Amino acid sequence: MSEQSNGAGEPMIVFDGVEKRFGDNVVLSDLNFTVAPGEHVTLIGPSGSGKTTILRLLMCLESVTRGTIRVAGDYLSHMEKGGKLIPADEKHSREVRKRIGMVFQQFNLFPNMTVRGNLIEAPTRVLGLSKDEANARAKELLDLVGLGEKIDEHPSRLSGGQQQRVAIARALAMQPDVLLLDEVTSALDPELVAGVLALLRDIGESTDITILCVTHEMGFARDFSHRVMMFDGGQVIEDAPPDKLFSEPDNPRTKEFLKAVLSH
Amino acid sequence: MAVWDWNYAFSILPALVQGLGLTLVATVLGSIIAMLLGLVFAVLQRGPRVIAIIVRGFVEFVRSTPLLVQIFFLFFGLPTLGIVLPALVVGVIALGVHYACYTSEVYRAGIEAVPRGQWEAATALSLPPSRIWTGVVLPQAVPRVIPALGNYVISMFKEVPLLVGIGILDVVGRAEEAGDTYFRYVEPYTMAGLFFLLLSYPASLLMRRLERRVGAI
Repeated sequence: MSEQSNGAGEPMIVFDGVEKRFGDNVVLSDLNFTVAPGEHVTLIGPSGSGKTTILRLLMCLESVTRGTIRVAGDYLSHMEKGGKLIPADEKHSREVRKRIGMVFQQFNLFPNMTVRGNLIEAPTRVLGLSKDEANARAKELLDLVGLGEKIDEHPSRLSGGQQQRVAIARALAMQPDVLLLDEVTSALDPELVAGVLALLRDIGESTDITILCVTHEMGFARDFSHRVMMFDGGQVIEDAPPDKLFSEPDNPRTKEFLKAVLSH
Repeated sequence: MAVWDWNYAFSILPALVQGLGLTLVATVLGSIIAMLLGLVFAVLQRGPRVIAIIVRGFVEFVRSTPLLVQIFFLFFGLPTLGIVLPALVVGVIALGVHYACYTSEVYRAGIEAVPRGQWEAATALSLPPSRIWTGVVLPQAVPRVIPALGNYVISMFKEVPLLVGIGILDVVGRAEEAGDTYFRYVEPYTMAGLFFLLLSYPASLLMRRLERRVGAI
C-alpha cells in the first residue's frame, strides 16, 4: 500500500511534540514516537493515561493542542499551505483519514442498516466503489471473520462477539493502511473474547496493515505486538518489544502496573 | 324553545363538514411545513455557531409569542411589505412555522439520543457530514420521535380555528356563521367540538400506542 508511495524507511505514523489538553487537564504532554509500516504496537497503561486519546487523535475525533501528527508522510492535524503549517480543514482530515480504520470498544455498528449495509456504506460513498464491487468485498470479509451467512441480518440480532467481528470487517472494507483497535474486547462476554482475539491475530499475520492497539489483554499484547508502549501520566514511560517489557521491565511503574493487571 | 333542535342541527351539518375539510387541509399542509422546517431547524442548530445562534433565537422567539399574534402579524404585516397572499396560505405558513419551532425541539431530542459512538464510527469511516446525517443519524433519530411529532399534529389541528381571525371558514368559522345567521349557537359549537373530539381522541390513542412501540423520548 503506501509503503511504496512514501519512500523507503519512512515511518507510517509520526507523533511530534504532541500535547493534548482538555481545559486544564493535560492528557498527553510532549509525546514523540514513530510507528513503522506494518508494525503492531500495543499501548498499555492505567486508565486515564492517554492511550485511547492517541487513537482518537489519529482518527481525528479529537484535535491536538500542540505538535503535529503525520500518517504516511501527510500531516493529519495540519496541512501545508504556502510552506506554512496551518490547522487542517475538514476536507484534508477526511482525505488522510481514509487510510485509517478504527474498531471501537462498543462496536458502533449502524443499527439502521443490515450487516451488508454497514460494510458497503463507506466503500461506495467514500471510495466510490460500485455496489457490486463493494458487495463482493463485503462477502469476502464476512467469510474472513466467519459470518458469511449473517450478511442480511440486522446488527441487533447478533451477539456482541459477532457484532465486533462485523465492525472489524467494516474497518477492513476501507482497506486501511492503519488499523486502530480501541479496547475491542472490553465490552465482550468473557467467552467471546478469545474468538475475536484469534481473528485479530489472523489479520495481523495475513496483512501488512499497521496496527495500533489499546488493550487490557496482556497475553494478546504479548504475542500480537512487535512493540509495547507503556503510558503513564500522558507520556511513554517505557517502549520495548513485548518479551522485554513483560519479562524484565526497566521502569518501576511498568512493573507495578503489570503486577496489578496480571495478578487478578 | 328547546335547547337542542335536531332539524337545525342536520341542516347545518353540510356546512360544518365543509369547514372541517378546510380544517383538515390546513392541518395537513401546516404539518408538512412543520415536519420539514422543524427538521431543518434542528439540524442547523448543530451547524456553524453563528447559524445555530440565529436559529435558536428565532425558535425561542416564536415559541414565546402567541400563535394568534403571529397569524395577525403575517396577515396584516406582509401586505405592507408588498407580499399579498391568500388567507389560507398565510394561515398554513403561520401554523407551519409556529409548529416547526416545537417540532425542531422534538427532533433535537431525537438527535441527541443517538449515541456519540454512531457519529464517531461514521466519522472514522470518513463519511461526509451530509451522509452521516441522512444515512446514520436521522434514520435512527426520526423513528423514535414520530409519536411526539404526531402529538403536535393533533395540537395544531385544534389550533386551526384561530384562523377564523383572518376570515378562514374552518369548522368553527362555519359554526359561527350558522350561529350568526339563525341566532342558535348551541348546536353548531357543540357539533364543532364533537368533530374535534372524534378526530383528536382516536389520534392521541394511536400516538400513545406508537409511543409504547418505539419507546418514548
